[in-house]
Amino acid sequence: VTLVGELSLWVAILMAAWTTTVSWAGAYQRRPDLVFSGERAMYATFAFTLVASLGLWYALFTHDFSLRFVSSYTSRNLPSVYTFTAFWAGQAGSMLFWTLILAMYGAIAVFVNRRNLRHMMPWVTGTLGLITLFFLLTTAFGANPFERLDWVPVDGRGMNPQLQNPGMAIHPPMLYLGYVATAVPFAFAIGALVTRQLDGEWLGAVRRWSLLSWFFLTIGIALGMWWAYVELGWSGYWAWDPVENSSALPWFTGTAFLHSIMIQEKRGMLKKWNVTLVVLTFLLSILGTFITRSGVIESVHAFAQSSVGSWFLGFLIAATVLTVILVSTRLKDMEATAELESMVSREAAFLYNNLVLVGIAFATLWGTLFPILSEWVQGEKITVGIPFFNSVNTPLGLILLALTGIGPLIAWRRASTANLKRQFATPVAVGVASVAVLLAFGMRHFYAIVFYGISAFVATTITLEFVKGIGARMRMYSEGLFAASTRLVIRNRRRYGGYIVHFGVVVMFAAFAGMFFKKDYAEVELKQGETYSATDPFGDTWTFTSQGMSRYKTLNREVTAITLETARNGKPMGFMVAEKRQHFDATGATTFEPSTEVAINEMAKQDVYVFFSGLLDAETAVLHIHFNPLVVWVWMGGFIMAFGGMIVMWPQAQQRERGYVAELSPQHEGVLTGAGA
Amino acid sequence: VKARSKFLIGGLLILGSSGILMASSAKETAQYFLTPTELANKISDNPRFVKTGVKVGAAVVNGTIVRAEDGRSVTFQMTDSTTTYNVIYRGVIPDTFTEGVEVVVEGRLNDEGTFEATTLLAKCASRYENEPDRPGASSYPSSPSYPASKTPAS
Repeated sequence: VTLVGELSLWVAILMAAWTTTVSWAGAYQRRPDLVFSGERAMYATFAFTLVASLGLWYALFTHDFSLRFVSSYTSRNLPSVYTFTAFWAGQAGSMLFWTLILAMYGAIAVFVNRRNLRHMMPWVTGTLGLITLFFLLTTAFGANPFERLDWVPVDGRGMNPQLQNPGMAIHPPMLYLGYVATAVPFAFAIGALVTRQLDGEWLGAVRRWSLLSWFFLTIGIALGMWWAYVELGWSGYWAWDPVENSSALPWFTGTAFLHSIMIQEKRGMLKKWNVTLVVLTFLLSILGTFITRSGVIESVHAFAQSSVGSWFLGFLIAATVLTVILVSTRLKDMEATAELESMVSREAAFLYNNLVLVGIAFATLWGTLFPILSEWVQGEKITVGIPFFNSVNTPLGLILLALTGIGPLIAWRRASTANLKRQFATPVAVGVASVAVLLAFGMRHFYAIVFYGISAFVATTITLEFVKGIGARMRMYSEGLFAASTRLVIRNRRRYGGYIVHFGVVVMFAAFAGMFFKKDYAEVELKQGETYSATDPFGDTWTFTSQGMSRYKTLNREVTAITLETARNGKPMGFMVAEKRQHFDATGATTFEPSTEVAINEMAKQDVYVFFSGLLDAETAVLHIHFNPLVVWVWMGGFIMAFGGMIVMWPQAQQRERGYVAELSPQHEGVLTGAGA
Repeated sequence: VKARSKFLIGGLLILGSSGILMASSAKETAQYFLTPTELANKISDNPRFVKTGVKVGAAVVNGTIVRAEDGRSVTFQMTDSTTTYNVIYRGVIPDTFTEGVEVVVEGRLNDEGTFEATTLLAKCASRYENEPDRPGASSYPSSPSYPASKTPAS
């Protein structure tokens, strides 16, 4: 079966090459037979890539240690969940997994749009085929998971303990699903550019795929933050590490695109800009892969450094050159049909949103690439630190947060004073009031106060929108509260789903601001029975009493655990157990360095985070105790954003039959709020 | 046209001020990323460079790791196979720090020529990518090494 998988990889290469050749030839010569052949070849590419992947999974589950990949990442005693996820634990498998998703997306995109976008589809199919071909070739020649060893080890080396975590099991696939989905809008952009049909219909397809990519990237990034927080033991979730940054970059530009495309839909503006954003988002995902896989930039995330990096660099350059040529020869097809009429309008708000998002992306990219750039310019590697990213992106983030409240409510074209008053008087008042309350309670941190003031403003705008919408439905259709609120959202998924996403953004920003109040952690030595007491950022007193250490063996590891009895202001808050783990293989030999499992008591106000640093002697544990304000709201915010994204994406059954134009018609827009007046 | 130029002015203001922020904070947080040999060359070119905080990427020399008894600090040697420095580091020792790994340390040289590190990142080659063992070769550490103190406490 493994052999079948390996052979399928080679067949898939032929199929992908065929897809591109005949699709483009068919489009050029206008020969439907070639075009159909190209479509079927795309399906076949997917089928063979799937067989190749099943072959690798089979090898993993049958412990075929003659494969370098299998023996490098699994062992006989690895839990089967992680044997399954070992597929993407290493580079070679990741590449195959990536290709699998790409081929799947390609097949779906071709199948769904083969009729309604007839004229440009051959170009799209060909482009998707070409990208798939690139990934297949890179997999086969740069990082082949079917590579054999010239001997067969008794057991594999097992999976790194830090990867044996449920978050790590689903974080990479989510991120890949998001990364790879940027290839589809890119292919559509190429198709639209080649056929010079940059209006109307293709936007629908591009928007849906961009949304899908955004959705998965959001989940993937949030899970990555969670993994770093619970697994790495430094009690933070974001460190502006190059690998983290490269996952955020396409998210920034993708988010910008999802906003600016609305301006093209409604007002026929920004055509060049939108094409640029689509292309940029794709190129940034490729760049991100290049950064993480090539080792050109030092990162905490030690991925393998291999030839795969140069494959990606070549691809990146080729794709950039191709699109620059295409865009520059088609500038006149992308003239705007309208102009910006006023600074006080939704267009302007969205433009600023784009400016800020692209600005954040640029600053982040700049900081990430700084070592390379400085080496080119000065011949010396210079790095910039976390404060660089924070000091640039915090003010930009604040502007973005404010626009989150302004953008959706301000009128198109030109907002009247009456419109502004009606929409923003209450939210501004609430924002100012919350600043006053925070000051009264003694908060003095400048950024935090601004953050919470703007958050209150935005949250109020969103709440009012729901209140107005639900109220109007209850009056007009005499519905109950529940029916009115669910129907309001279901009938206007794009709009209210968007509000839910925005609400998630507010929650997440408020949680980020909580970290302004984090104090340094305490390093504590505790023997059994000893107590440590500390004051948290909210002024409560916590006590931690050691219940002693326990040692036991389980599954594939030996655990040393310390149990702490905790209390807040004398009230019992339960037990916390922090662990050190030593993994071993089937023969009992130890594998990897010992790893640490932190203990986290997650509460609405803060997390109590205990890291087991080491043993001083057999009885004394060295612990790091952190109080992390509001961290749980980071995960909640991410969840709300993903949930809102799902509502926006969910296909609207009755409208789909009327075609894309119907979906655009602003049936409800303005009726309830007067925003369109 | 008027609204457009107003927008552009606003945009330039935002971009300009973030550009200034970028430049100034890049200056503040910029650090050289050097190999031990590059660090040595810099110091021989300009002795006052000793005072500059730098990041150094190097490999830990096998058998040089000595963890302090209280588990709070560690000393070791780092090398790029041409130049070797003694390092003393105080703080959280990462799970992946062990003999032979690639490390990135941040800090500066003290008067004795020892590198005093304030951060220590261990980039273990076997962290995410493992090489299978040749038969007979034993590269596994024979015993758990997680006690903070490696030297017997007695």
